[in-house]
Amino acid sequence: MKFRALAGACVLGLTASGAMAETTITVATVNNGDMIRMQGLMDDFYAAHPDIKVNWVTMEENVLRQKVTTDVATKAGQYDVMTIGTYEVPIWGKQGWLVALDDLPDSYDVNDLLPAIRSGLTVDDHLYALPFYGESSFTMYRKDLMEKAGLTMPEDPTWADIEKAAAAMTDKEAGIYGICLRGKAGWGENMAFLSAMDNSMGGRWFDMDWNPQFNTPEWKNTLTTYLNLMNEYGPPGASSNGFNENLALFQQGKCGMWMDATVAASFVTNPKDSKVADQVGFAMAPHKDGVAKNGNWLWAWTLAIPAGTQKEDAAKTFIEWATSKEYTALVASKEGWANVPPGTRTSLYENPDYTSAAPFADLTLKSINAADPKSPSVQDVPYTGVQFVAIPEFQAIGTAVGQQFSAALAGQITADQALQNAQSLTEREMKKAGYIK
Amino acid sequence: MATKHSRAASRLMISPAVLLLLGWMIVPLSMTIYFSFLNYNLLMPGAHNFIGFDNYKYFLTDPAFTTALINTLVLVGGVLLITTVGGTLLALLLDQPIWGQGIVRVLVIAPFFVMPTVSALVWKNMFMNPVNGLFGWIATSLGLPPFDFLAHAPLFSVIMIVAWQWLPFSTLILLTALQSLDSEQMEAAEMDGAGAISRFVYITVPHLARATTVVILIQTIFLLSVFAEILVTTNGGPGTASTNLTYLVYAQSLLQFDVGGGSAGGIIAVILANIVAIFLMRMIGKNLDA
Amino acid sequence: MARRVSTRRRVIVTAIAWAVAFLIFFPILWTFLTSFKTEGEAVATPPHFLFFNWTLENYIEVNERSDYFLHFMNSVVISVGSTVLGLIIAIPAAWSMAFVPGKRTKDVLMWMLSTKMLPPVGVLIPIFLLFKNTGLMDTRTGLVIILTLIDLPIIVWMLYTYFKEIPGEILEAARMDGAGLREEVIHILTPMAIPGIASTLLLNVILAWNEAFWTLNLTAANAAPLTAFIASYSSPEGLFYAKLSAASMMAIAPILILGWFSQKQLVRGLTFGAVK
Repeated sequence: MKFRALAGACVLGLTASGAMAETTITVATVNNGDMIRMQGLMDDFYAAHPDIKVNWVTMEENVLRQKVTTDVATKAGQYDVMTIGTYEVPIWGKQGWLVALDDLPDSYDVNDLLPAIRSGLTVDDHLYALPFYGESSFTMYRKDLMEKAGLTMPEDPTWADIEKAAAAMTDKEAGIYGICLRGKAGWGENMAFLSAMDNSMGGRWFDMDWNPQFNTPEWKNTLTTYLNLMNEYGPPGASSNGFNENLALFQQGKCGMWMDATVAASFVTNPKDSKVADQVGFAMAPHKDGVAKNGNWLWAWTLAIPAGTQKEDAAKTFIEWATSKEYTALVASKEGWANVPPGTRTSLYENPDYTSAAPFADLTLKSINAADPKSPSVQDVPYTGVQFVAIPEFQAIGTAVGQQFSAALAGQITADQALQNAQSLTEREMKKAGYIK
Repeated sequence: MATKHSRAASRLMISPAVLLLLGWMIVPLSMTIYFSFLNYNLLMPGAHNFIGFDNYKYFLTDPAFTTALINTLVLVGGVLLITTVGGTLLALLLDQPIWGQGIVRVLVIAPFFVMPTVSALVWKNMFMNPVNGLFGWIATSLGLPPFDFLAHAPLFSVIMIVAWQWLPFSTLILLTALQSLDSEQMEAAEMDGAGAISRFVYITVPHLARATTVVILIQTIFLLSVFAEILVTTNGGPGTASTNLTYLVYAQSLLQFDVGGGSAGGIIAVILANIVAIFLMRMIGKNLDA
Repeated sequence: MARRVSTRRRVIVTAIAWAVAFLIFFPILWTFLTSFKTEGEAVATPPHFLFFNWTLENYIEVNERSDYFLHFMNSVVISVGSTVLGLIIAIPAAWSMAFVPGKRTKDVLMWMLSTKMLPPVGVLIPIFLLFKNTGLMDTRTGLVIILTLIDLPIIVWMLYTYFKEIPGEILEAARMDGAGLREEVIHILTPMAIPGIASTLLLNVILAWNEAFWTLNLTAANAAPLTAFIASYSSPEGLFYAKLSAASMMAIAPILILGWFSQKQLVRGLTFGAVK
């Protein structure tokens, strides 16, 4: 007995000293619901890896982007894992700022990742980040309002269908606006939507010589259609509405239609927060009649490891866990299938538990597969990216152009002025950066 | 009184502060000047070649630059106007004998303690949001269409938010000054038949002049670099309608990660701030000596 | 102060003053109320003012999500530390400027103030690189240093204007009585200077507490104060007014309470020599 107790004490002592040698990794992340949820599920990770401790730094998206970019570019090394988007991964990977993830264990099943997402995270055959959740965009609409208006939503609507539906559903007296779209300036806000919309009108950002295309009929068509929809049928204050603002509007039943990220589907169908949870229908993102591209984008929040971290192994262990099938199963068991992070793995969409819990699963997968970052437009382009252009200069240009379009939506300038300004400022930046000789 | 000995001692006493501030100015500033001549974008590692005054040229010819300059002046001027006029009125009000003066004063100074980020978030979301905000609700219940502050009056909205934060400060200083006003002088003027307005113009206003200059000086220092409020509420937009110089430099260096351009903008902002500073110091210096 | 006024006038003035004070305070009150609502109720139209189901769930959730105490302690250490350090450096400087003014004193003072007009964003990258190379990144020490430098001009100036009010004759009288420099400082000057120092301290703690640029950009996990804590609650996906309100109240409450309790002290020194 005594001996046993002693041995027990020894074991305890050993584990205690093992805990002393634990590695603490700092993870920078965005304050989205899925990330917050993971922070509450860390016990599972700690149980399997008692030698690793995770320190979370959660920030709002803009702050996050600014801080991690400064950190990685100056090699400051404050973070061991960074949450970054599909825009950053190809650029940073090319710069050698990220640890290549070539030796993933078989149990991770890397071939299960959705091909569209995986190809966006791969540079020269090296995978540089693991996707935590992925999204495309599609159309969400109110079935009850459509019915009231005597219309049905086609699964693959055209912009003409959308305008007809918006006109029929709008009832400003009752506080119902036919359509809600992003209007807040920013490359990841209104420009994500408008760039994708321009693709669906047959347009593109740059021609093969990097000349900006805002002086083309496609962009003019995009902007005037957008402004017309929003001015006639949109909510007031649309020029400061981003994803969140529109989500809040839609959940309160103030929008007839909303074209935005597929991840919004689980929010608007959640009866706890949404007044219209049981009335939401889904369709593909609209396109112009005769153009074979839908206006849907492709985005993923991913976990990547900055090159030069001292704690590469612990960081790898963590991101493999966070993006694994096991994590998905863990969320499902604790919070239900509707809350698992979507859009990264084929197996999820083959799982009947998930597809029955998430009525939007089918269309989400379809939308993700329909987006092609390597060929976003029906015309040829010199860049990758659907709703962005994966060059370092794009954040600045996209945001500046977004401000022009936001000003046009607020009625401060006309559509033509906005396009002209966008054209000249983009030309200026592209010349400065040396793309246009 | 000032002997050689005490002069030396005084120099010794000032020097830590002076040296520290000199260091604080010179080290980052010279680095910034150096960066401002380089083609240096954080996102593009490799050699940062020397490009002369190109960064300055691009910054100064940026169409947003003139707008930002005007916005900065409007923002500073607007807030100063609101806080000095409002502060004077409020100080006059609080100087009256009222019940519960202590509580009233506590309520009035509270905004000064609120973090700029918090107050901007609160105003933007819970008040100015045309759909979910209180102002929108007030407008709708009066049968008016809700006004979208941040889209249609972005600079005005930012001015209101900043003024709300600084009003308590000016009120406090002006109130303190008011309370030191010689009441005998007031009573004498009253005896002589001076009306309330002429008493205010000829006695109160001159008495408050000094306090007002202090309010202007201190606030200008902080208002020139207003930033968090703009970042949180409008992101400088729509267009560049609410971009001030600080925000423009921020956009250049932390949204575009163009360290060279941002540094050039920073240097230009420093030069402009110093022009304002010299101008202000002249004015204040005179007033403070008097 | 006791002026003779009619009760009627007093009632009217009181009513106006209370109304104005209520309006000015209302945003904070509204944040306070919203922090006890559910997310759905926080955006309800028409808004509910007092009659809703008061709940603590937002505070509980915020506490589960973030290490409030860590951020709070960081805020305390950084704001108090930088202010105290600033005072230690500034007191001798302000002292000698006030009592042994030279020809250049005013210029030096004005130059100091002008350093505060530097837009911080312009020098962020240089400071960032310096911090990285000296290991100050994400440390309380680093932030204390930066905030000391930032607030130093204001501290010097406040103290200077305050010290200048101390009449020189008292010193001379004391000297006549044979008091040495030491006695002069301890028995005469210090008691007179204390209110000014106290209010300088308070004002700077407030300013440092609310500083949101450097504290946000130079910290990650370890030294992040409450300003960074707020950054994790602004505009996530989904409804967030109630949680944001709760987090906001937690971030501003300490300084609000400090400010209220010490407002007499604060006001006494806030005169900046403006009163004469």
